[in-house]
Amino acid sequence: MATTHSTAPPPTEDGPRRPAVRPRVTRRARARRRQGALYAAPTALFLIVFFVVPVILVFRMSVSDWGLFTGDLGLNAPENFTKALDDRLFWPAVWFTLKYTVVTTVILLGLALAMALVVQESGRWSAFVRTSFLVPSALGLASASLLFYALYSPQASPFNAVLEWTGISEDPVSFLGSPDRALWSTVALVVWRFAGFYMLLLLVGLQSIPGDVYEAARLDGASALQTFRRITLPLLKPSLALCTILCVTGSLLAFDQFYILTKGGPDNSTVTIVQLVYSMAFQGSNDLGRAAALSIVVLGGLIVLNAVQFLGLRGDKDA
Amino acid sequence: MTTTPVASAAPLTDGADPAATPTTASMGRRPRRPSASLASMGQRTFTGGLALLFLFPMLWAAVSSVSPQGGTAQTDGYGFANYETLANYQAGIGQYLLNSTIVSVLTVLLTVGVSLLGGYAFARFQFPGKNLLFLGTLAILMVPYATLLIPLYVLLNDLGMQNSLVGLALVLTMFQLPFATFMMRISFEAVPKELEEAALVDGCGSFTALVRVLLPAVRPGLITVGIFAFLAAWNDFITPLILISDSTKVPLPLAVANLRGQTMGIVDYGATEAGVVVLALPCVLIFLLLQRHYVRGFMSGALKG
Repeated sequence: MATTHSTAPPPTEDGPRRPAVRPRVTRRARARRRQGALYAAPTALFLIVFFVVPVILVFRMSVSDWGLFTGDLGLNAPENFTKALDDRLFWPAVWFTLKYTVVTTVILLGLALAMALVVQESGRWSAFVRTSFLVPSALGLASASLLFYALYSPQASPFNAVLEWTGISEDPVSFLGSPDRALWSTVALVVWRFAGFYMLLLLVGLQSIPGDVYEAARLDGASALQTFRRITLPLLKPSLALCTILCVTGSLLAFDQFYILTKGGPDNSTVTIVQLVYSMAFQGSNDLGRAAALSIVVLGGLIVLNAVQFLGLRGDKDA
Repeated sequence: MTTTPVASAAPLTDGADPAATPTTASMGRRPRRPSASLASMGQRTFTGGLALLFLFPMLWAAVSSVSPQGGTAQTDGYGFANYETLANYQAGIGQYLLNSTIVSVLTVLLTVGVSLLGGYAFARFQFPGKNLLFLGTLAILMVPYATLLIPLYVLLNDLGMQNSLVGLALVLTMFQLPFATFMMRISFEAVPKELEEAALVDGCGSFTALVRVLLPAVRPGLITVGIFAFLAAWNDFITPLILISDSTKVPLPLAVANLRGQTMGIVDYGATEAGVVVLALPCVLIFLLLQRHYVRGFMSGALKG
């Protein structure tokens, strides 16, 4: 860099002269350590104040009698945990959350994979299609939920017009009216919102498969389906594993979509585990201690599940 | 398709019908296809239909927000009456837009600033606790939002930041740090060391080197971080739901969600659609204008993941 004699002269050093460098190395190294720590200080501050302290606090809250309005009333372990697990909505919420997670993950990743396969060529048309798939992922999940809330409304829904026109149903369908319909309507929303996102992640994986592997398969006379099953799928496994972990984690923690679309209804049939945490803390029982206990249970479950998935997918890959 | 008729002794044992799946027909790696064949026409119809299906909900919301509809302010003819309803809702949409803007801008500035310095530190410096700090930052991803938001509700009250947009922005910045720090670290690592060493030899301090030499080189990474921080802050729902109870201080997504439950349990779908359009517009614009940076964010995450 032959640019300038910098306007700001170095404060400690007086001219870079070769022979003098040797003893100064350690001093400079020490100065650089200090500078590095200084640059990392804001990150550390955020991490400590808004992450480490809350994590410690949530453990303390989980073993304390801690009301929303009363504050800390002292230890009461393990009452919060037993109460949280005895809640009549706990097991239904766990069951529903798992069901939702499985359904969403299977449909979402299946569709995303199909989409990635059809748009992976370069060219204008593929670019247009890719962009169309991706636009919903720029929307917030809450905005998307509000959009589908209108889309599913008995009064405004365009789907009812289609159903009537095709003669499938004369009466307006209530898309959120029964437990099953509420589940599938929410899954449709989530698939719409996230399919492009997972398609993109899978596209990255597809692009990283070397072209000569396909070329070899082609020369060997492999059919398209054979190529897909024997080459694309195995080589795509790392990307699929990443998508699965992201999708499972995201679905287990589902909140916005159900809070906005179904409010947990009808008849509490679509209450997810995070919704249960929220309602324990801020609706009705106003019990922060119990909500903290339940959220620690969720955290524990998530860590175990992720570890299992991680090991499972890793082991699978080696096999 | 360009399948070869010269089949060798089929080493792949799966007896499968090649014509069974039209979608896999395109799987060959970017086959050069000068003329549109019948198969590709079929494929175009399929992908085009799917693309329309994905575009439909947003187009529908935009059109029906200005269309006549019973039970809304826009009963006959096309117009913007639904947007007027929205504009006059409680504290006024201006207030909610302002709240959202303050939170989003603050979050973007904080995230960009903190991750720029942090990424520089992680990529270029050795200091005690470096690996622990980096892993700790990534650990934020492991903990569910709800698990953190309950103690954060208590903590912000203790810090005197209940109902504070600044407090909200600080929390949202923390949620952004794993991605932002990671992104900036790999951005700095991608810059050749010689670039800044030359500046350091020229007598620049490390901060001058950062501002004058490195900043232009990592700008694409910063833009990506900024976009993600903006979208996250603009769209976040559960964080303000828990942290902000003063109804005049809530950001736009909460205001639109609250608006549905108004007039005696009758939902004004027209105003809801208008709200969705206002919420979606900046996100879609940013996405379309800065798609390249947006896509790169996903890519870098996927590659390292």
